[in-house]
Amino acid sequence: MHAVIQYLISIWVPLVCALVIVGVLPLVTGYIVLMERKVMADMQARLGPMRVGPHGLLQPIADAVKLLIKEDIIPDEADKAIFWIAPLISVTAGMLAMSALAIGPWFQIADLNVGLLFIVGISALGIFGIVLGGWSSNSHYSLLGALRSAAQLVSYETAAGMAVVGALLLAGTLSTREIVTAQGDYGTWFIFAAPVGFFIYVVASIAETNRAPFDLPEAESELVAGYMTEYSGFRWALYFLAEYTNMVVVASIATTLFLGGWLRPFAGTPAFNFLDYFPSALMIFVGAYCLYRAPKQPVKVQQLFMMVLGLAFFGVALILAAPLIGRVNDMLPGLKPGLHGAFWFLLKVGSYIYLFMWLRFTFPRYRFDQLMRLGWQFLIPLSIVNVMGIGLALVLHRQWGWSHWTAFPLTTALTLLVAGWLGWAGEKKDKEHVFVGES
Amino acid sequence: MLDQIVFYFFAALAAISAVLVVTRRNIVQCAIFLITALLATAGIFLQLHAEFLFIVQVILYAGGIMVLFVFVIMLINLDISLHQAQYNRQWWLGLLLALVVGAHLILAVAVGRSVLPFGEPAPATMLEPSTQIVGRTLFGEYMLPFEIASILLLVAMIGAVVMAKKKV
Repeated sequence: MHAVIQYLISIWVPLVCALVIVGVLPLVTGYIVLMERKVMADMQARLGPMRVGPHGLLQPIADAVKLLIKEDIIPDEADKAIFWIAPLISVTAGMLAMSALAIGPWFQIADLNVGLLFIVGISALGIFGIVLGGWSSNSHYSLLGALRSAAQLVSYETAAGMAVVGALLLAGTLSTREIVTAQGDYGTWFIFAAPVGFFIYVVASIAETNRAPFDLPEAESELVAGYMTEYSGFRWALYFLAEYTNMVVVASIATTLFLGGWLRPFAGTPAFNFLDYFPSALMIFVGAYCLYRAPKQPVKVQQLFMMVLGLAFFGVALILAAPLIGRVNDMLPGLKPGLHGAFWFLLKVGSYIYLFMWLRFTFPRYRFDQLMRLGWQFLIPLSIVNVMGIGLALVLHRQWGWSHWTAFPLTTALTLLVAGWLGWAGEKKDKEHVFVGES
Repeated sequence: MLDQIVFYFFAALAAISAVLVVTRRNIVQCAIFLITALLATAGIFLQLHAEFLFIVQVILYAGGIMVLFVFVIMLINLDISLHQAQYNRQWWLGLLLALVVGAHLILAVAVGRSVLPFGEPAPATMLEPSTQIVGRTLFGEYMLPFEIASILLLVAMIGAVVMAKKKV
């Protein structure tokens, strides 16, 4: 009997996880877009979407319906088969990459022993969707967007890969689950051991997901909409979905590698155990805010909606609080790491995406030659030095018995010194070098 | 059973798309079929529990080299290549030679099946964890060949940079 249950679990848990990811991701994407519009509006002192639902909370659903019933136009001279299949490649690659992610210790489709390489490699295949879509549209803007995208991705993937290698050296494994456990055993998240690596990964991952300030493949002022100029309706929505899926993927990689995955802050310190109450407290706070805003809504339906939303948040708070009761925890010991792990993981992913939005609305777009220079002359050399620095720190720590607190700050300082020199040399070269007709 | 179905699926996919790479006229479609062939090979690696080889195949060939291929193809004027002859006049000779070599291979396998000794398949646990084993072997037993290959690649890379560099 026990063996049968084990067998069923081994088959059904990954299947259910996969269905949850495929089913929930479009919805999550919609709400990330809403969040982005709201953050943008806030930074520009506007309100953002307010019409559909209270505070625009139903806007993503309205947008999705609009996109689904819009006409799907295929240009006359386009290569139809490739035009048709290109967005699917992007979406499939993004979703496939999610299968190796460990969202909490219990929510993972497959724990591959090449997990992290799998995520990085498969999500990189999404570039074919962009490139082929841009080519098959038979439009100059699309083609230019696709070319820029391919060049940008190839350039920045090296830097991102080397930043990942640095953290992998610390973890000593490629499996996403074991990377997180390694950070637990280690005592700190890898961002504190390799801050330069994290910085490189942040910059490179923005470039890889084609987001501002590196959104040259779809620069509106130059290329209309880049590679998706000719796309409309559902296929355009698929590209959008792929883009935001990729954002979630890179945020998850950064969370797993540098931010401790599903681990609570100060996971190993009993003095900080009160942080276990944080998930419930946050949910109660959000729920209470919804209830507080409810009577202020102009329409009766909206008031009701806000009430229900507030109560739903209270419900989630209750579920998150359940494992903190001693008796429940004894009965289902796996509940707490599972639920709270997923909460912390998603919170970290959300914060990372928020950081992306923040950068998007703060910095102006780079020029293409600036982008290439930053990638090849600053980030790639720096990422190689970073790997060497981490290697040196590990040698000092493991072979020569230095403590963490001396080895890692020392090598980080050395890496920063190199970074300063690279930046200074680049700037000096800039002043001597005049670009003529170079783009 | 399931293993065999998966294997034949990937093998057929690889073989068919490899044929299509040389027979299709449109060069972008050729590139797509080449990607499919490479990914199907990667699938066979995965089925053999060689996860590291699988992901290296995906990252290097499909994700790296083929992106550059497609990148270059897009800069070419496709109309010219569409109107050029796809094969030269000796294509039948090539086909004949390919058939002879293929027949040889089939014959060798058919005859060798009963004569040559087949080793017992290694238990799957022996190759776990495959990534660590690859790493240990590369940086332990085969350190020198690995370093020589790295230096060769480095020389090729520097050579390419020097040749592509504009005169300053």
